[in-house]
Amino acid sequence: MKIAIPVDNQNLESSVCPSFGRAPYFLFYNTDTKENYYLDNSAVASQGGAGIRAAQVIADHGVKALLTPRCGENAEEVLRKSEVLIYKSIPGTVQENIDAFVAEQLVLLSDFHPGFHGHEK
Amino acid sequence: MKSKGVRIAILSGKGGTGKTLVSVNLASIAEKSIYIDCDVEEPNGHLFFKPEKVQEEVITVKIPVINDSMCNGCRRCVDFCKFNALAFIKNKPYVFEEVCHSCGGCMLSCSENAIGEQEKPIGKVLRGFSGSVSVHTGMMNTGEASGIPIIKSLLNDSIINEELPIFVDCPPGSACIVMESIKDADYCILVTEPTIFGVHNLKMVYDLVRLFKKPHGVVLNKCLDGENPAEMFCIENNIPILGRIPFDNELGRLNSDAKIASRESNRFRSLFTSLLETVKKEVRHETTVNPQR
Repeated sequence: MKIAIPVDNQNLESSVCPSFGRAPYFLFYNTDTKENYYLDNSAVASQGGAGIRAAQVIADHGVKALLTPRCGENAEEVLRKSEVLIYKSIPGTVQENIDAFVAEQLVLLSDFHPGFHGHEK
Repeated sequence: MKSKGVRIAILSGKGGTGKTLVSVNLASIAEKSIYIDCDVEEPNGHLFFKPEKVQEEVITVKIPVINDSMCNGCRRCVDFCKFNALAFIKNKPYVFEEVCHSCGGCMLSCSENAIGEQEKPIGKVLRGFSGSVSVHTGMMNTGEASGIPIIKSLLNDSIINEELPIFVDCPPGSACIVMESIKDADYCILVTEPTIFGVHNLKMVYDLVRLFKKPHGVVLNKCLDGENPAEMFCIENNIPILGRIPFDNELGRLNSDAKIASRESNRFRSLFTSLLETVKKEVRHETTVNPQR
């Protein structure tokens, strides 16, 4: 199964990024083959709707599950329509989160914060 | 030919410094005047003026409506939108209405003419009278992205009698919603308070009015005995100080009762009368020095 995680750095010892839409990179990881790759988050500097764009990228990459500490309402809508499940990540490294996911220890994220849209700076 | 009424914008870098206090009292002292509340996210000038004969106008923006059957899935609209208000999921385009800034670009980018527009209400403009002051209030619906269309409608020249002086109560901060509010102002009054935080926020609006090349001066609010960092900032930067409002118990009480201080108390009537005189003098001076404005 292909999963995705917002990460602070491009390695498996990295921490999970506290923000989904504004994460610097996404890790894509295949739990069957253990193959992985990283992608720059093109939404990181967008003026608004970063979550929507980030979720679009996740969906376009055929991801089945996203591991993230938080997720906004708009991103959640895109992911739900794309049939991507959203799991709540745990404190620790990316590798620890992958292991926890494989061991079915993660739970689905249930609270989604309102978007911080608008262009008030 | 009608003579143009002077347009004075009152702004500050943060909320709660006294923009509404100054705007409402100046408009009230000026007697025949126009008060415009551009703080559309939380307008409160009307609480003081309690205007009568209020007329209401709903303000709408245009948002895209996509005809799914005509969409060829090229995603040009999704890529065009800088605000990421569009997504393409399972071969179907989606519009996130509250993220859309109504630029119309998606419609232009569509080769299939699959995108049309519909009106979406975002708030309203209320116009009424409080004595001889004409009171205009913009109110944005909760959750909307931008109040600028409401401000544009508020400041629409065809509705406002240009002979009377206009006092524009701006939103806090220095973002584009404030730029829209001061764009056509002849003079800007910056309201500040005697704290380090106050100075930081004063600097934001000071930079803004200089960027817009607007003549400006400062009103020092909540003045106490002792050092005033905001006053120091004005002296260091050669900014005219238009007046001082004391940190005062009576003023606080009148204000929290939603009373207009200059209508209730002689002390504050004379304070705001002299502030208005100073502002008028500054504006006259500026129009002599820079007649093109």
